[in-house]
Amino acid sequence: MQNEISVEKLVAGDRAEFARLVDIYSGSIYRLGLKMLGNPQDAEDVLQNTFMNALLHLSSFEGRSSVVTWLYRIATNEALMLIRKRKPEISIELEGQEGEAESIEDLKPAVFADWSGLPEDELLSMEGKSILDTTIQSLPETLRLVFILRDIEGLSIKETADTLNLTETNVKTRLLRARMYLRERLSTYYAEHLQEEKR
Amino acid sequence: MNDHIHSKCEELLGSLSAYIDGDLAPALCQELEKHLEGCDDCRVVLNTTKRTIELVHSPAEKSDLPEDVRERLFKRLNLDDYLKPAAS
Repeated sequence: MQNEISVEKLVAGDRAEFARLVDIYSGSIYRLGLKMLGNPQDAEDVLQNTFMNALLHLSSFEGRSSVVTWLYRIATNEALMLIRKRKPEISIELEGQEGEAESIEDLKPAVFADWSGLPEDELLSMEGKSILDTTIQSLPETLRLVFILRDIEGLSIKETADTLNLTETNVKTRLLRARMYLRERLSTYYAEHLQEEKR
Repeated sequence: MNDHIHSKCEELLGSLSAYIDGDLAPALCQELEKHLEGCDDCRVVLNTTKRTIELVHSPAEKSDLPEDVRERLFKRLNLDDYLKPAAS
């Protein structure tokens, strides 16, 4: 169990404590950058900008949210800004939209191959891993962020909601959609894999 | 698959995520489990959704920060003096 980060020390400008914060969360922030942007160079930019910004705004951190959600919020903003820079034609809606995801019509499962019993080394073979990464990459940004924070980084529903400034209900809906989307695409791929095994 | 069961599947699909997270009200949980006993398709959807989440949680997915990336980060933050190997 890692010792909890002391907000008092951070705000007081304790460099050793900040270095500890960096070491605890840099892996997660880098991974978030990788999953959002899809390449190591952009992920490193997200990582560096996140901690530079954190350092810059630390003195005004009021402790209304936890350090973790504060840090992830900076990181998601950095990632979204970089995505906008890379693909300016895509507008990103983070705010909940009226009626969004009310219908589950578009996430109705269509592939029912049961690949859940395949061994993990087979599922995460080089090709399998690359399919998984590409599939996560192909999620719309709003769903991808929720999925990364909740299912990859293991934040709670509430922490995810706080980080993204969404309601918990909205997070749950997006999570369901993201999970169904990924399941469907992975199922399409692994169904073929199962077929090949039978041949 | 008749229409009645089909609409039941759709209705329960919305609860699947919460069920996996152990976040579903007991009554709904029971209803879902009862349905799962008799519905192969829904059982497959549940199992493969769970497996999808397990895969992204897998340690193989959680690689450490590359050492050179860490070094450049500490330098950019003027924290070079704390650049001893990260405690694992």
